[in-house]
Amino acid sequence: MANMAQAIRMALHYAEKNYNLKDVFGQDVGAPLGGVFTATQGLKTAWNSPLDERGIIGMAMGIAMAGDRCVAEIQFADYIFNTIDLLKIAGNTLWCTNGQYNLPMTVMTPVGAGIRGSVYHSHSFDAWASRLSGWKVVMPSNPLDAYGLLLSCIQDPNPCMFLKPKALMRVRGEELIPGEPTDEKDLKNMIDAPIGDRSKWKAKWPDVQEYLVPFGKGKITRAGDQITVVSYGRHLLMCNEVADQLKQDGYSVEVIDLRSIYPYDWQMIKSSVEKTGRVLFVNEDTEVTNFAEHLSYRVTQELFYHLMAPPRVLAGKNVPGIGLHPNLEDSSVPQKHEIETLIRQICAEVP
Amino acid sequence: MATKKAFGGLDKKLLINMHKLMVKSRVLEERLIKIYRAGESFFWIGGPGEEAWGVPLGLLGKKGQGPAYDYYHLHYRCTPTLIALGLPMIDSVRLMMNRSTDKSTGGRNFSNHYCIPEWNVAPVTSPLEVQYPIACGTAHVQKRLGKKAITIVTGGDAGTAEGDFASSLILASRKGQELPMLITVQNNKWGISTSYDGQHGETHIADRAKAFNIKSRVINGNDPVESYICLQEDMAYIRKTGKPAFIEAHLSRLYGHSSASGANPVPNEVDPVREFEKKLLKAGILKEKDVKELWQSFENEGVKAAEQARQEPVPTAESVWDHTFVGSENADWRNF
Ligand SMILES: Cc1ncc(C[n+]2csc(CCOP(=O)(O)OP(=O)(O)O)c2C)c(N)n1
Repeated sequence: MANMAQAIRMALHYAEKNYNLKDVFGQDVGAPLGGVFTATQGLKTAWNSPLDERGIIGMAMGIAMAGDRCVAEIQFADYIFNTIDLLKIAGNTLWCTNGQYNLPMTVMTPVGAGIRGSVYHSHSFDAWASRLSGWKVVMPSNPLDAYGLLLSCIQDPNPCMFLKPKALMRVRGEELIPGEPTDEKDLKNMIDAPIGDRSKWKAKWPDVQEYLVPFGKGKITRAGDQITVVSYGRHLLMCNEVADQLKQDGYSVEVIDLRSIYPYDWQMIKSSVEKTGRVLFVNEDTEVTNFAEHLSYRVTQELFYHLMAPPRVLAGKNVPGIGLHPNLEDSSVPQKHEIETLIRQICAEVP
Repeated sequence: MATKKAFGGLDKKLLINMHKLMVKSRVLEERLIKIYRAGESFFWIGGPGEEAWGVPLGLLGKKGQGPAYDYYHLHYRCTPTLIALGLPMIDSVRLMMNRSTDKSTGGRNFSNHYCIPEWNVAPVTSPLEVQYPIACGTAHVQKRLGKKAITIVTGGDAGTAEGDFASSLILASRKGQELPMLITVQNNKWGISTSYDGQHGETHIADRAKAFNIKSRVINGNDPVESYICLQEDMAYIRKTGKPAFIEAHLSRLYGHSSASGANPVPNEVDPVREFEKKLLKAGILKEKDVKELWQSFENEGVKAAEQARQEPVPTAESVWDHTFVGSENADWRNF
């Protein structure tokens, strides 16, 4: 099975071939490195930009304005903050121009903690991104979804933000990407650049097929009827694990992988909460003001009389950074034991 | 022959046309100020003083839609360029009076924030200087297409303090990957109330482009002949070499910064329209009577445009969600 970095590469290759994707660019995105997480190795259209995030986003907007599809990368989400007004402009261009200029551009950037990346390589961006009107925002939790969501982003005529959970870049999925060789070693030999001299290396791409994960469609990854847990990205995997553990103690936990942060799958959350009467939202962006607070607000407004317990949000602590020492990192972003404790607490509440 | 020489060898017909367009732009912008003063608009900002620069810029571009034609990434003092491209007065007035018939923004944005995809006019943005790196993107696509079309980007002198200006110099000048761009700065010596000396240590902004090996010069942007000739030369250079060129044009700001600082006339600034007109009259290329009629006819067009726009519909409250996503796809979370 492919890991997420390989899945992203294959999606970009598929889009180069089939969607007329013409530029994949950013710092160190082109040869020889192919991205600091190797997600852009071997691609035909990948090139290295200057070390200038505003230049990267501005250029992406211009390429899109001229009608070409592009994927621009910001090396770490921590450095996307100095482009925030450009992101705002990209999101409002269609609206401000009365529908005249659309920007079919995708921005991808690795997010979140979990690799001991310290203050400037651990930031989250999902809550921030959810405030960028005019953008579609997604975050996959497995390689197949990464493939399908990235293709949806590249195909879409609006600006799309593809958030890569960096801690999952080397995690393998459970499902094959359509067209992917069944043997991991075969795939590696075909599309992983060799260590050392790469000047003559060329990727041999498997004949991958189109597979789309549509925007606004979540996925139930664990069925249950006692509590709903909504997450995405790397924390989705933690929620799955906790649900499996708690099952042994007799808990029935329903886990939803939101996949798409905006637009989001309200119908899936709604029918699940109507069934369970309890809900916990989990993500690692800071808690004040968190996107899950919006979802929790909506649950309160629309599903109040279905609830057996107050909706809860488990998010990153509202501290300025993620410290390097594991004690600091682990106490700033949600951990498995916290998810478990909260699920037990919420399930124990009686109205 | 003597006349030709005096006007840089430019053709008489061209000189008359440039003068006509400069007058049209000026009359239109003065009409916009009147509309603002009458309380029929919320904000004025515009380009009286930039006609001698802006009109040649509009005349010289390869006009059309898509990367085979020239792109214009302009700032908010660009009415003269739009007029030269063929903008009818009424469209500017609609924008000023935020009617729903305003094609550029649908009543959403300020005066002079034009957007005309049919002529590759990129949306004018309120944040200063972001147009510069965006322009690099359209130039990149043009270079790939190989049709010798170029991207033109304009902005003010104070705005060059923003990093985006430097971004464009870097992106446009990388060795072997140079972009076909005309990068310009209209230096009117002011950023709202901050003087040139209050911000700049460099003698010429154009010197910054030199540091990136970009062909660069400083010109008198109050002289339409000099502007025309320099723009023509540099655009030809860009088309031929595929490399960028930089022009710093010195010019006037005749009416203060915007309605924010009072749209009042500024004394002791060169009026490029009147100066050019005087020269053409003196050379016998124009006649007093024709000139008078010209100003009057544009006056009438402006008044009529305002009368018409006044009757036109304004955006409805429900249209607020329109165009958030392409095809007005649902963007309202309440409906997810
Ligand atoms: C990024 C940004 N900061 C501040 C402003 C507010 N502002 C509008 S115009 C202006 C001065 C611009 O001066 P200059 O670049 O010289 O252009 P001019 O108006 O003189 O043509 C300022 C500060 C803005 N529009 N964008």
